[in-house]
Amino acid sequence: MARTRYAPDRGLTVRMTVTMFLLGLVFVAFVAALIGIMTAVHASGAAIVLVALIFGGGSAIASLFYSDKIALAAAGAKVVTPREAPELHAIVDRLCALADMDKPRVAIAPTVMPNAFATGRNSKNSVLCVTEGLLYRSKLDTEELEGVLAHELSHVAHKDVQVMTVASLLAIVAGLLVRFAFYSELFGGGRRSNDNQGGIPVVLIIMAVSVVVYAVSFLLIRVLSRYRELAADRSGALLTGQPSKLASALTKVSQGMAYIPNEDLRAAEPLNAFYFAPAMKLTGGGGGGAGGGRGGGKSLSQLFSTHPSLEKRLEQLAKIQRQLGQPTAGGLSAGSGD
Amino acid sequence: MGFLDTLLGRSKPVQPKLDDLFALPSAAITLQASTGFTPTGSGSVCFRSVEGKTFSDVESDVRDLLNMDAGKPGGGLPVEVTRDSYGYTWLVSSHLSDELDALVTDLHAVNSALVDNGFGPQLLCTLVAFRDERERRLALVYLYKRGTFYPFAPLSGQERDNALEIQIKNVLADDLKIEQDLTRWFPVWGAPGM
Repeated sequence: MARTRYAPDRGLTVRMTVTMFLLGLVFVAFVAALIGIMTAVHASGAAIVLVALIFGGGSAIASLFYSDKIALAAAGAKVVTPREAPELHAIVDRLCALADMDKPRVAIAPTVMPNAFATGRNSKNSVLCVTEGLLYRSKLDTEELEGVLAHELSHVAHKDVQVMTVASLLAIVAGLLVRFAFYSELFGGGRRSNDNQGGIPVVLIIMAVSVVVYAVSFLLIRVLSRYRELAADRSGALLTGQPSKLASALTKVSQGMAYIPNEDLRAAEPLNAFYFAPAMKLTGGGGGGAGGGRGGGKSLSQLFSTHPSLEKRLEQLAKIQRQLGQPTAGGLSAGSGD
Repeated sequence: MGFLDTLLGRSKPVQPKLDDLFALPSAAITLQASTGFTPTGSGSVCFRSVEGKTFSDVESDVRDLLNMDAGKPGGGLPVEVTRDSYGYTWLVSSHLSDELDALVTDLHAVNSALVDNGFGPQLLCTLVAFRDERERRLALVYLYKRGTFYPFAPLSGQERDNALEIQIKNVLADDLKIEQDLTRWFPVWGAPGM
């Protein structure tokens, strides 16, 4: 086995595993609670839950299947041929050859905001999109641009779209249940209360459970998203061998964001989770319920953020830079174990 | 990459495959017999530099190693180092046209030096140049991560002679592992050593 100087980041792996485990735990608890409620009262609540599951599951599968088309349409991006964007394609070609992965389609979005995203349900159908702002306005040099593209290709390699879709399934179903329960209570409340002989209406219990599940899973998904970003930064920096180029690209792009007017930011919201840098500092989430509180200061906005803070990302890249620069004699992480 | 690695987002750098490179000299004989393309004697290794002194030390060691035999019979010319506009480094080794074995040995020396120092994943491709009587240019490109070859025939401007490339692919099908996925035949315009 060839020697390697790329030590795995166990801390990140452990944190990500714990987050996913907690999400799974919430999922199991949620299902158990719903089954419990329904068998205890065997009320018409079952129909609501079933409809929410079908709607939620269906919309998740559809959004996964059409993720590339949806994202391209939302960003107004156009797929470009190697002839139209030779330099961009050449960088992607080389990175894919280095990483031994399928080349995604390459698209350019006519947005002034400097950013990039990658999406698609599998490696064959993925698409990598950069904005015109990133190409022409952000003053990135070729190697900084390469760092950004390597970060996005790592998202494709890590199948982040699939992972995040599965992870958000729970939140989607819970969010739908809150709404359904609310409306059914609104329009059919009196009738149902009578069915239950004066007890607390089943729909209200389902609604309460769903609100809690939604809030918890929403936070966990954001945590997971931040870890996926760090993992993509890490793999991207290792792929190009130039962590400081990625760091300077991050800094430049984050500075560029500050100048962008609000209209652009709002238009970019649906894509936020897949972007290279967050286009929105604080988002309220798509499903209703736990909205981002304002004025809570830095720690609160950090809690709801899809991306880790710039300082955290730069810190990690500095660590990788030190690892790569270790002298050959004693610095090799022998064989990496597996 | 395993399922767990994907799930946990820890893609590992891919190690290069080096052995298939040695199939080149015999493939060159087939190529000459069936198409008239002969080796020019020059070839190059392309890799992605890593920032920091450790890597640049390894890089200059390799250069010194290859230059030790330069000028002697069979030793070829001193290696040429070029940095392309994408940030990749090309080491060009030039020999006489009938010294393909020596050229491949040189290229392999670069590979092993990088791999031995833990920089194997930085290797991108290696390229060996050919010409025919009509001075048409052809390169056989070896993809380290796949262990496969593909032909690259540039015309003037940024055009490639696809017909010639397909022809070469069919001629060499028995001698070399040819890359079957045509989307991976990426162009290396203006590659040093062509």
